[in-house]
Amino acid sequence: MLLISCPWCGPREEIEFRNGGEAGVAAPEPDAEPTTDEISGFLFFRSNPKGSFHERWNHSHGCRRWVSLTRSTITHEIESESQPTGRFRP
Amino acid sequence: MSGRRQPLDPHLVERLWRTPAPKPAYDVVVVGAGGHGLSTAYYLAKNHGITNVAVLERGWLGGGNMGRNTTVVRSNYLWDQSAAIYEFSLKLWESLEDELDFDVLLSQRGVVALAHSTHDVREIKRRVSANHANGIDAEWLEPAELKRFVPIINISPEVRYPVLGGSLQRRGGIARHDHVAWGYAHAADRMGVDIIQNCEVTDFLRDGDRITGVQTTRGPIAAGNVALAAAGHTSTLADRLGIRLPIQSHPLQALVSELIEPFLDTVIMSNTVHVYVSQADKGELVMGAGIDAFNSYAQRGSFLIIERMLAAAIELFPIFSQVRVLRTWAGIVDVCPDASPIIGPLPLGNLYVNTGWGTGGFKATPASGWVYAHTIATGQPHELNAPFQLDRFRSGALVDEHGAAGVAH
Repeated sequence: MLLISCPWCGPREEIEFRNGGEAGVAAPEPDAEPTTDEISGFLFFRSNPKGSFHERWNHSHGCRRWVSLTRSTITHEIESESQPTGRFRP
Repeated sequence: MSGRRQPLDPHLVERLWRTPAPKPAYDVVVVGAGGHGLSTAYYLAKNHGITNVAVLERGWLGGGNMGRNTTVVRSNYLWDQSAAIYEFSLKLWESLEDELDFDVLLSQRGVVALAHSTHDVREIKRRVSANHANGIDAEWLEPAELKRFVPIINISPEVRYPVLGGSLQRRGGIARHDHVAWGYAHAADRMGVDIIQNCEVTDFLRDGDRITGVQTTRGPIAAGNVALAAAGHTSTLADRLGIRLPIQSHPLQALVSELIEPFLDTVIMSNTVHVYVSQADKGELVMGAGIDAFNSYAQRGSFLIIERMLAAAIELFPIFSQVRVLRTWAGIVDVCPDASPIIGPLPLGNLYVNTGWGTGGFKATPASGWVYAHTIATGQPHELNAPFQLDRFRSGALVDEHGAAGVAH
């Protein structure tokens, strides 16, 4: 079980959170007329590193706000402070 | 049980395949000696006469997901594309012992998928109907019929997720995963395939936009074609070439109980409460859960997943409450956004990928190798894997099998 620090609620058990996948993935701007590759990339393609991974968690059974952090996918060790993040913007 | 070779003596196991040193070059190098890699090598030799093949394995043969799955075999998928490849696979399973001259201990004891909500009932009845349309055996069982088929199941309406019925595929069941790996390895080895363990692919050899071989911990190996069959580690290989895949690697946990008397003679699965269970012939209960939601390469997950799975299992089967857990583990599964695989060429010459089987690759072991071998040998997808190409994530022609794949394998 991971111990995830919520910027608003403090350290909480993983069971209170929902994993949100890779952080920092921005949706194409509505007015930008994105290409098929840009849409496909946003919808389906994410980094999948063996090592440090920047990811999002939603404190769904707590304050319901989003946080991002860096965690090792080899050891599961959380390597960074949790940062507040938005739902639709990284 | 037949009089086929049974590799129960460890000295005999060592002799099932050779331990060759890598040759400088092969027609095909398969990366990964799990079930899919070994069956690919077997069908390259058997169906296409391509025997100058190496299967490279960074660990030991069958030591990844092939030795970590819960051994369920079935074909009751929703969409035509999936039904076709999984049913082809089940037919191959049904003759696999003769094909390999090796016991794989296929036991067609039936696979039950439980419904716990109105939504589940509709979804599963729809799938039963779709299975009928595709010529796949499937039945809907009301709770009382389920109780007759599985007397230990709790069909009380008083529980949190009451059993409202379920589907049954009688031809589904389990097979002994180690025997499947050993059977394919033995048969491929006899036809001249080199299986090379403790040989990790670290990079690729390139000539412009063509792959010409692999760099390994045992030196460079040239190859006419390179075929990835590395499951959860496929992304780390593709990253070397700057190729992005729509794959995320997650832990999938399973456990076994201590050995107990035989009392469960079928496979029960529930997507809603995230548990599936069968009893192996030695007597241990084999149980699996859903994936851990986070990405990982650690081959272990969080205890909360096991706790939830056991809570669900005990509610469904109160008789389990006295059974002790013997061992838990995880495999790293390669999950695709639509819960369907990718089997085909990558955008570099002579390079192929077979990935995205996620939580359900074991049942596909024979068909996956069959169509992958066809794709590598001919340069064109087999009709069964033509729908499962990487470009579906650009075209939008996804094969959404979250309902049939879910957790349940």
